[in-house]
Amino acid sequence: MSDPLNALVGKSVRKHDPPDSPRSVGYVEPHRVRLADENNPLPLDCGSLFFPVDVEYEVFGELSPKRDNAILILHALSGDAHVAGWYRDPEALGRPWYKDRPGWWDSMVGPGKAFDTTKYFIICSNVLGSCYGTTGPTSINPATGKPYGLTFPVVTVGDWVRLQERLITHLGIEKLLAVAGGSIGGQQAIEWGLAFPDRLKASIVLAASPSLSAQGLAFNAVARHAIRTDPNFQDGLYDNSHAPEKGLGVARMIGHITYLSEISMERKFGRRLRNRKEPGFHFDVDFEVESYLIHQARSFSERFDANSYLYMTKAMDYYDASLNWGDGDLTKAASRARCAWLVVSFTSDWLYTPAQCKEWVNALCANRLPVTYVNIESSYGHDAFLLEVDTISRLISDFLEGVAAK
Amino acid sequence: MSVSEYRDILQAFLENRPVIGEALAALAMLEARGIPQEEGPRERWDHALILNLIPEGASVLDLGCGDGSLLASLRDTKKSFIQGVERDLERVLQCVSRGVPVIQADLDEGLRGFTDKSFDFVVLEETLQTVYKPGVVVKDMTRVGRKCIVSFPNFGHWRVRLQLYADGRMPVTPILPYTWHSTPNIRLLTIRDFKEWCGELGVTIEAAYAYADGECRPLVDIDNLLAEEALFVISKD
Repeated sequence: MSDPLNALVGKSVRKHDPPDSPRSVGYVEPHRVRLADENNPLPLDCGSLFFPVDVEYEVFGELSPKRDNAILILHALSGDAHVAGWYRDPEALGRPWYKDRPGWWDSMVGPGKAFDTTKYFIICSNVLGSCYGTTGPTSINPATGKPYGLTFPVVTVGDWVRLQERLITHLGIEKLLAVAGGSIGGQQAIEWGLAFPDRLKASIVLAASPSLSAQGLAFNAVARHAIRTDPNFQDGLYDNSHAPEKGLGVARMIGHITYLSEISMERKFGRRLRNRKEPGFHFDVDFEVESYLIHQARSFSERFDANSYLYMTKAMDYYDASLNWGDGDLTKAASRARCAWLVVSFTSDWLYTPAQCKEWVNALCANRLPVTYVNIESSYGHDAFLLEVDTISRLISDFLEGVAAK
Repeated sequence: MSVSEYRDILQAFLENRPVIGEALAALAMLEARGIPQEEGPRERWDHALILNLIPEGASVLDLGCGDGSLLASLRDTKKSFIQGVERDLERVLQCVSRGVPVIQADLDEGLRGFTDKSFDFVVLEETLQTVYKPGVVVKDMTRVGRKCIVSFPNFGHWRVRLQLYADGRMPVTPILPYTWHSTPNIRLLTIRDFKEWCGELGVTIEAAYAYADGECRPLVDIDNLLAEEALFVISKD
């Protein structure tokens, strides 16, 4: 997913709630816990038993005495555990980009917001293989004393969810009120409903389908190719002063194209030239859209690890709910589910199209499970799940109220 | 209009004396070019009937479920397993606020996700006349439901006929309150039409009810003229 701010068009930028706002959770800090060690390794889909695993997570609101108000939020490709609120000293955490902005879903998580922190206990953790605090390819392999790089095992959405289950157990939560996520976060929400059907009351799946389309696989393949053919890549053994920033930047540019839509690009940039009225007759940045993509590439390279990008996209590619739980039959896979479902697609999303999202809805219907599906009219493309805040907020807060009442 | 239908109207005028006053009033209104206005939401006569028809614990799929009020009542009074389908976003959001599970979809696209006979009842309340492909909808609902409930406004009602006959314009009545160019009712039908069509589709009519003059009762033949709305319970093996 892209940065919600950058994805918004000009003046429609939503103002951040500052840390002292009654609608902000205020200042927060990440926690870290070891959830797999030598005696209790994490079984991975690739076959290995992996340890040690540390998980970075953040929590907001208060767990009720009955421990029945916990909601796990699941981040997407480039996300982290910092879903809401502000860091007091982002530089010290090594996250300087959070200096002037709150967590990535601050518009949805806070007092009086869709995930209302006065009612619910909100948890968000960084996934395995990412580069924001949870063990990943940038972590030091204790066996070698060096970063894992590409010796890190290939991880899956299933592995992520198994690790998240350990986290909620660690937090003393038997049954989640809900899990919620968009994009690959939505795929984790699907996986939760199938892997741990009795550990949650509801699953909220935004802009995600039970598997990525061939077109989506193709975009990810090009992204990884760009990283791996960057001369700085060095088979993943690069050091941070010579990271494959160019390759990672190209990967991010491709990603961004898939997060927008034809119409949102047209509205945001059109064919406008950057700082000029006439074409430059050169190969430097000419068009606004070009300038935007290059800006995205640069800022992303400063905050993300190239190896992690390979692992994250691979997890996205491999995810297939029907193979994981139904021998290739999606309806059979869905028969495991027990929870209530809210599935949301967006009309202009061409990464996870409404038709693909609807396949999951149909699989649930075929098992006569209660499901709410909304296809929201939006021109924002895939990024709509971060931007259509008003409709989604109303939908999610009402849905959660219904689930909590049962 | 056929000769027999003219005869129907005349017969009604003769047999149902109270109707004449209303007919004259309707004519007067037409002459004044007034259009009857809906005052607030009309009581859903069919809600109460459907709540009576559906036994406790039955599973119910409501097609075109609107704000979800029928399903919410069924859940609360009959412990039904409920599922709605609705096209309009605002209504879908109203369903969610009632805790009613609802799928935003166009009925004309069929009910692909639902398996055969997976619901005890499938309800199509005041919606048949608004879909583009009523044949697809009725075939699919009788596939998914063991029993189906269909209600619709009767275009054969005397007031409708009178307006069309006397004024030569598309009728605007309390039951059909829209002008021809703004109406969502694109498949207008009469009770007689529906009965014949059920025969063509191989659908069994298990029960039928009429709504006329503010009350609901079992349907009789003359209701093609007297009923403002009708409700059928149908099924297909």
